[in-house]
Amino acid sequence: MSEVILRTPQQIAWGRFRRNKTGIVSAIVVLFFLFLAYGAPLITRLFGLSSTETYLDGLDPQGMPIGAGGGISWQHPFGLEPGAGRDVFSMLLYGSRISFSVAIITSVAAIGIGMILGITAGYFRGRVDAVIGRFSDLLFAFPSFFMIIALSIPMVERVESLGIVRDNGARLTVLIIFFVFFGWPGFARLVRSQAMSLRERDFIMAAQSQGASNWRIITKEMLPNLWPTAIVFLSLSLPGYLAAEAVFSFLGVGINPPASTFGLVLSDAIKYWRADPAYLMIPCAMLIAIVLALNLLGDAVRDALDTKAE
Amino acid sequence: MTENILELNNLTKFFPAKAGGIFSRAKGEVRAVDGVSLTVARGETVGLVGESGCGKTTVGRTVMKLYEPTSGQIVFDGQDITNLKRKEMKPIRSKMQMIFQDPFSSLNPRHTVGTIISSSYTIHDIEPEGGVEHSVRELLTLVGLNPEHINRFPHEFSGGQRQRIGIARSLALKPKLIVADEPVSALDVSIQAQVINLLDDLQKELGLSYLFVAHDLSIVQHISDRVVVMYLGKVMEMAPTRELFANPRHPYTKALLSAVPVADPKMGRSRERIILQGDLPSPVNPPSGCVFNTRCWKAQDICRTAVPETIQVTPLQTVACHFPEV
Repeated sequence: MSEVILRTPQQIAWGRFRRNKTGIVSAIVVLFFLFLAYGAPLITRLFGLSSTETYLDGLDPQGMPIGAGGGISWQHPFGLEPGAGRDVFSMLLYGSRISFSVAIITSVAAIGIGMILGITAGYFRGRVDAVIGRFSDLLFAFPSFFMIIALSIPMVERVESLGIVRDNGARLTVLIIFFVFFGWPGFARLVRSQAMSLRERDFIMAAQSQGASNWRIITKEMLPNLWPTAIVFLSLSLPGYLAAEAVFSFLGVGINPPASTFGLVLSDAIKYWRADPAYLMIPCAMLIAIVLALNLLGDAVRDALDTKAE
Repeated sequence: MTENILELNNLTKFFPAKAGGIFSRAKGEVRAVDGVSLTVARGETVGLVGESGCGKTTVGRTVMKLYEPTSGQIVFDGQDITNLKRKEMKPIRSKMQMIFQDPFSSLNPRHTVGTIISSSYTIHDIEPEGGVEHSVRELLTLVGLNPEHINRFPHEFSGGQRQRIGIARSLALKPKLIVADEPVSALDVSIQAQVINLLDDLQKELGLSYLFVAHDLSIVQHISDRVVVMYLGKVMEMAPTRELFANPRHPYTKALLSAVPVADPKMGRSRERIILQGDLPSPVNPPSGCVFNTRCWKAQDICRTAVPETIQVTPLQTVACHFPEV
């Protein structure tokens, strides 16, 4: 009799994930962009660049970058910003750091809140479910897009008056709070419906008949069945919030110059798209690469967690 | 130590029948179990039979305290567990376990067989002799599965194998009573026999008592020592298996037995086949008097007005009927 090692479901899922080539490639791409984003200060220093310095000798008298592809050179791999003459590579690195941070914090917080409230509503039902359900209905019916724009200035002043964060810090905080506040009901609804169908399954009753506590049933019996949903939702909402941050920065609600994000760079690039198409294309390509990699990674993780897949 | 592992005294379970919405109010109640009294002796198998919707599953679940009983008394192992709180029930739950009907929904698809079977140990924080993994392997062997399959997921098994996993889970803490809720009705006939024989062997080996809920009379006849016949939440007749099948006293039992197919076609053609008229009445609004009077061919006026007393026809056989067969 050969010895069989007890493998946890996580180890089995990881083994399955390792065999998925698309998943591995997209994971590497995502990690690469995350490394670029969070290693931005280090990397720009290695290249001898700065995101705030202006390289005016790279621009012609009209303020357009000299050379092909918006001034692409060994020194400036993504070219220069028309007008101000900042290095696009370092702008995008620092920008993607902000975009990633907003997307990750927002998605994780919205999914966390949605998971807790969704399971609570679906498992306990009754009055708890009614209260959570009506509140999320209210948020769904709210004109959230308009509210974020209209309320962001007073909210930013309010947050600044607390004295913890200022300027762009306060603006980002407000943006994240709004995103999370209006973002969780979608996931909570999804989880609620799944929790309701799960709790009718006999294995939940089996756990109850064995004397398991509600906490154990929720964390050990229901949660493992809900993680794949959370991960798929995460993979969809990460690029979604990345784009949303860009939209609100574009509209002047999010981050302000001189800081840069994808939204700000793209809205600036639109002004120059005829004269300097590379300035528009490079951030677009980077954004697409990030979004695509995130989506493929989400698919791969879902397949790895799906025990019925093989 | 009392003789009976389980005693139900006049157990009732009513479910509120509600209209939906926030402003819902009770519109009446579903009388799923209505005054059921029965006993299960140590080492005995009691079969609980009746057609769909007669409340037999509810009895099983109420015994397990998955439902709070509306009234009546549940005595398990000499202890009244009727009003025990969730926390107080926990130590008792290790002595009573349940086997479920559907082997596909009774096992968590995201847990390995090892996790499923050892769940009792983790819930009750018990370290079995020789370690958890060793015990799980022993249990797998006991129910006729390969102990090497400890890391597999439920979907890698057939229905019969999955039911064996469910049985192994219920045996982990060496229970005294197992409530088996139609444990074989979802399986193929050939597999049914295997699982029934397994349950039989385990009973002999481990001294288990079974409350065996089923609607298949031939299986009940095979496995049970005594049979309880239910109709619309009430007990119609209770008797040792041989007596009940040879000499049914209640008209409903007689009708049920006449529906069992017999292997010999000559005998099958010659015997009397009783076909009940009408449908099962709604348990929200059960008939007055004897609940069976709407479908009984022997019903008289008294059946519509007076609830029949449960009478002792022989020392072991009881029947709730105004006009029992002789």
